[in-house]
Amino acid sequence: MRPEVALPVLLPLLSGAVSLLFWRSRPMQRFIAVAGNAALLGVALWLLVSVGRDDYVVIQMGGWQAPFGITLIADMLSAVMILLTGIIGLSLAVYSLASTGPGHERFGYYPLMHMLLAGVSGAFLTGDIFNLYVWFEVMLVASFALLILGGEKAQMEGAIKYVTLNLLASVIFLTAIGLLYGMVGTLNMADIAQRLAVAEHRGMVEVLAVMFMIAFGIKAAAFPLFFWLPASYHTPPVAVSALFAGLLTKVGVYSLFRVFTLIFDQTLGYTQDLLIWGAALTMVTGVLGAAAQFEFRRILSFHIVSQIGYMILGLALFTPLAIAGGIFAVMHNIVVKTNLFLISGITRRIQGTYELKKMGGLYRERPWLSVAFFLSAFSLAGIPPLSGFFAKFVIVRAGIEAGAYVVTGVALAVGLMTLYSMVKIWNEVFWKSLPKDNLVPVEETVVGDDSRMVPPSLWLMYLPVGVLALFALLIGIFAEPLMVIMNQVGDQLMNPQGYIEAVLGSDGGVDDALVEALNREETP
Amino acid sequence: MEPIMAVAIGILYAAAIFLMLRRSIVKLVIGLILLSNAANLLIFTSAGMTRGAPPLIPAGLAAPLGPVADPLPQALVLTAIVIAFGVLAFAVVLIRRAYEIVKADDLDKMKDTDT
Repeated sequence: MRPEVALPVLLPLLSGAVSLLFWRSRPMQRFIAVAGNAALLGVALWLLVSVGRDDYVVIQMGGWQAPFGITLIADMLSAVMILLTGIIGLSLAVYSLASTGPGHERFGYYPLMHMLLAGVSGAFLTGDIFNLYVWFEVMLVASFALLILGGEKAQMEGAIKYVTLNLLASVIFLTAIGLLYGMVGTLNMADIAQRLAVAEHRGMVEVLAVMFMIAFGIKAAAFPLFFWLPASYHTPPVAVSALFAGLLTKVGVYSLFRVFTLIFDQTLGYTQDLLIWGAALTMVTGVLGAAAQFEFRRILSFHIVSQIGYMILGLALFTPLAIAGGIFAVMHNIVVKTNLFLISGITRRIQGTYELKKMGGLYRERPWLSVAFFLSAFSLAGIPPLSGFFAKFVIVRAGIEAGAYVVTGVALAVGLMTLYSMVKIWNEVFWKSLPKDNLVPVEETVVGDDSRMVPPSLWLMYLPVGVLALFALLIGIFAEPLMVIMNQVGDQLMNPQGYIEAVLGSDGGVDDALVEALNREETP
Repeated sequence: MEPIMAVAIGILYAAAIFLMLRRSIVKLVIGLILLSNAANLLIFTSAGMTRGAPPLIPAGLAAPLGPVADPLPQALVLTAIVIAFGVLAFAVVLIRRAYEIVKADDLDKMKDTDT
């Protein structure tokens, strides 16, 4: 029994359920949010240690043997993603204490957050393709409800686009699962990988690979399927934006990494070009979209798209180093991007707007906030010695080694454009003096429409921002030990045989001969 | 049986996509409903349809004799129906709220958040 594999899913479900029991008690829900997410972070560390020791930690749910039951499996990739989920969950829980108004809290903000985290953790840990679909839906339904919490006009309009396109992606995913099951007759991902390698209809395998690419591409917001993201991510309360920005698109990226290294690694001749050019165009369109914006969260939303390109590029180059770089980029991006959204929430609290033109003077007013922004923003742009530099460095080096010079050049140029957008925010929000027409007093513009939220609780917003900014710095300083972990991720993903053996056992699981033998013995 | 199902599923997909391309949000949601039903039927069909052979194991055996209907796709479809039901209930409430706030059943009137 290895409880640490199941606990990252069970804990948020439990916290969510208990939180629902205390529907009327705000203090209790707030306490459960922090305690539950702290426990999640603890379990995530436990899982990371276990995986570091044993390489693969597997649990067969209900005791059903591997290809028949649902398998939960953690390899290094899953363990790293779960750890990041724990970090972001706890940061967001603390931040929400101050940023989310009682209006939102009364309508189930915290239970929804727990359910969302349960869906995210489940998607990272499951070894069953249909179960992955189910966790996607758990995550999506929670995110739908979080997105429209508050019910403003912009939220409704954003939600319609978000809901439609994500449901479309789910249906494409479901269709692909149905066709895949028709071909191989199994849902266990390790078993699928084995059977698909010897499947007859090679053309059908490629069709399925592209269907999975489209489904996960929509969820990951890759070009040309990203339009729902900048249309919706800037509409909900800022803590929700930050949670979505940090985790949701990365579940799509994770699924791409998992499916294309484990199941469809043999169709790469066909899909690799699609992935590479998709990645390049994702980077370029995202960063150009951001250049045209003058609203804090819209700029950041477009940069999510742009950064997704780097991660997919890491997958598309398909060398152990490139995949390590891609996962490094995921790790760096989850921390930094969440932090930038959290900072946008604080500046909005101070100056009452997200419009860059109306803001200013924060460098003089809040020097420490400026430092936190500086660390996160310049890390995103890839300035050494911050975390983003090493992510980019590894991917660019892998790109040059693979001989993909054009895409590597695009990646470097996009880094420059990212710097342009970050400098734009820095100049407008922190450097220039406050424009005369911003006379909005702080108290009236508090998010969450309730005057009971008072400024002294701001330190609860500063705390996660400071910690995450410190992470951005530490990831850069301790890049080498982290690269050891990332290289292990790369090795594991490039050699799926280990994963398959961990799930099915070294003999390749139960075969039909065994069933026949059983029948013969018991027939009188 | 399979060819008829295949044609029916194809028509369902086509109708769903046609409806989703309309400007009306009500038609959009009807399109989503048809789409999820089409996907469910596709799972059911693609796994192969076996008539008159329930997946029951005779007493004293460890596995059924001869080909039987595969119970797994039916379990998948059941799960997918439940999920689709929940999600669509949400979608219906969403379009109602959106209609109340935007005061139009027209996606072209919902461009404020576009960039």
